[in-house]
Amino acid sequence: MKALVWHGKEDIRCDTVTDPEIQDPRDAIIKVTSCAICGSDLHLFHNFIPGMLPGDIMGHETMGEVVEVGSGVDGKLKKGDRIVVPFTIICGECDQCKRGNFSVCETTNRKRHLADKAFGHATAGLFGYTHLTGGYPGGQAEYLRVPYADATHIKVPAGIPDEQLLFLSDIFPTGWQAAAQCDIEPTDTVAIWGCGPVGQMAIRSAILLGANQVIAIDCLPERLSMAEAGGATVINFETESVVERLQELTDGRGPEKCIDCVGMESHVMPSLPDTLLDRAKQMVMVESDRPHVLREMIYVCRPGGIISVPGVYSGLSDMLPMGAFMNKGLTMRTGQTHVNRWTDDLLRRIEEGEIDPSFVITHTVPLEQGPEMYQVFRDKRDSCVKVVLKP
Amino acid sequence: MFHFSNIVRTKGDPKIVEGGASLKQPVDQLARALGWFSIGLGVVELFAPRRVTETLGMEGHETMVRAFGVREILAGIMSLSVDKNAGLWARVGGDGLDAAALLSGLTADNPKKGNVTLALLMVGGIAMLDYRAAQDTKPQRPARDARRKLYPNRSGFPKGIESIRTAARQIAARAGHNEVKQGDERRVP
Repeated sequence: MKALVWHGKEDIRCDTVTDPEIQDPRDAIIKVTSCAICGSDLHLFHNFIPGMLPGDIMGHETMGEVVEVGSGVDGKLKKGDRIVVPFTIICGECDQCKRGNFSVCETTNRKRHLADKAFGHATAGLFGYTHLTGGYPGGQAEYLRVPYADATHIKVPAGIPDEQLLFLSDIFPTGWQAAAQCDIEPTDTVAIWGCGPVGQMAIRSAILLGANQVIAIDCLPERLSMAEAGGATVINFETESVVERLQELTDGRGPEKCIDCVGMESHVMPSLPDTLLDRAKQMVMVESDRPHVLREMIYVCRPGGIISVPGVYSGLSDMLPMGAFMNKGLTMRTGQTHVNRWTDDLLRRIEEGEIDPSFVITHTVPLEQGPEMYQVFRDKRDSCVKVVLKP
Repeated sequence: MFHFSNIVRTKGDPKIVEGGASLKQPVDQLARALGWFSIGLGVVELFAPRRVTETLGMEGHETMVRAFGVREILAGIMSLSVDKNAGLWARVGGDGLDAAALLSGLTADNPKKGNVTLALLMVGGIAMLDYRAAQDTKPQRPARDARRKLYPNRSGFPKGIESIRTAARQIAARAGHNEVKQGDERRVP
């Protein structure tokens, strides 16, 4: 089959690889009908997250049709079922899964000895996202083996196009969880840094959860226009002071809720010296992340507020203003997304026409064009916001 | 065809049968080679400056050579990173500094001026490669003033934003939150 394979920094190729096989009775194989490139795939493209090996198949936003099931799937899936594959692989049986903390499933990371060392405790296995999370082949391919398939799936009905359902795999529940863990109240202002795909979903989620005001921060006109269309007031950080504008828009109080949809590769600007220093330190590998957004959020957030971090951080972040964080009594909530905790509700909202997540797609291309699209997406060429690949 | 990466695959996971085309260009390889060359030269300058100054007949300039070594290492690291273009331009600038320093040693009383001439020729050649690589690795990002497509009609709410806001307020009111009243909505866009 064809698959997008990581060969090194900025080197993803469309290779021919062997087809996946059932390895465990709880496995299923799907024929991929649609998959997407996620913003967090770019961290792997840039080799900023350790633990990729040449030959690893990329991709964790995938859906398709079940073509083979293992004997232990126990009737929960059958050939012909149409499923979206959550990017977190879950067993559904461990203590964390039973609590709904699916992204920290205690069973599915098959290389937990690596993750135990890196993080103290292993987290769930993820598709196509380094050997720290199990080294599972990803879904930017024609076929995908879904481990623990009896639990790791979202069954979706026929009649709704892939484009509306695909993002249940990651970015929609990720944006939703980012907003949900802010405990939004009707008087709240929610400020969202980053208007990429997750940021766009977080904006819509904050609106759906009843925020009084949503403010979106980015520098790209196409993304700001999409954020505005979704109901946000926008700030272009290249032409305006984020701190001053947020003060102005909140009558000097600061936003009650702040969401970081940027993560470890924040924009580098000469007018923001900390971003230059972070980049230099990242280059010589004395700091793995560029946490400018975290610093700014802690500074501007209203005392007693909540900071929500769906953006990916990989390791060490320097110069976080813990004094301000502590004295302002802020709460930080973060984590990979507990996808299956949210998807029943989100699927219902899609079915009822409350939201159509396909608004974010700007490019749809065959899988073979995937390597080029990584570059287009990374460079924000052709006003690219979200790429869907068709195997 | 044998692919080294297949050795580390978990049993049963897909293995590469036939490699696809790489998007890496020859200039990327050149940038990589220049990056490692820069680091190598920098290490020599940093840790063996006396050997360098003796070879060039420029004794007494060891501190400057060490500083150049640090510069070479930093430019090399940058040339190997995703910001390789900045690293390569830093190397072009560094080549200018190297040439200026070498010219100062090209005096009639320098018994090693032949070595200095040779070094100048090498710097010239490397500078041409650096310049070429810097030109060819220019980032593909659109210019800030480039024309962009805008997406003002992509709300994602088929029923419209106002209908969603109203529904959210009703749900909040039912849940016992303080519903936002008309006068409180001044900040709603």
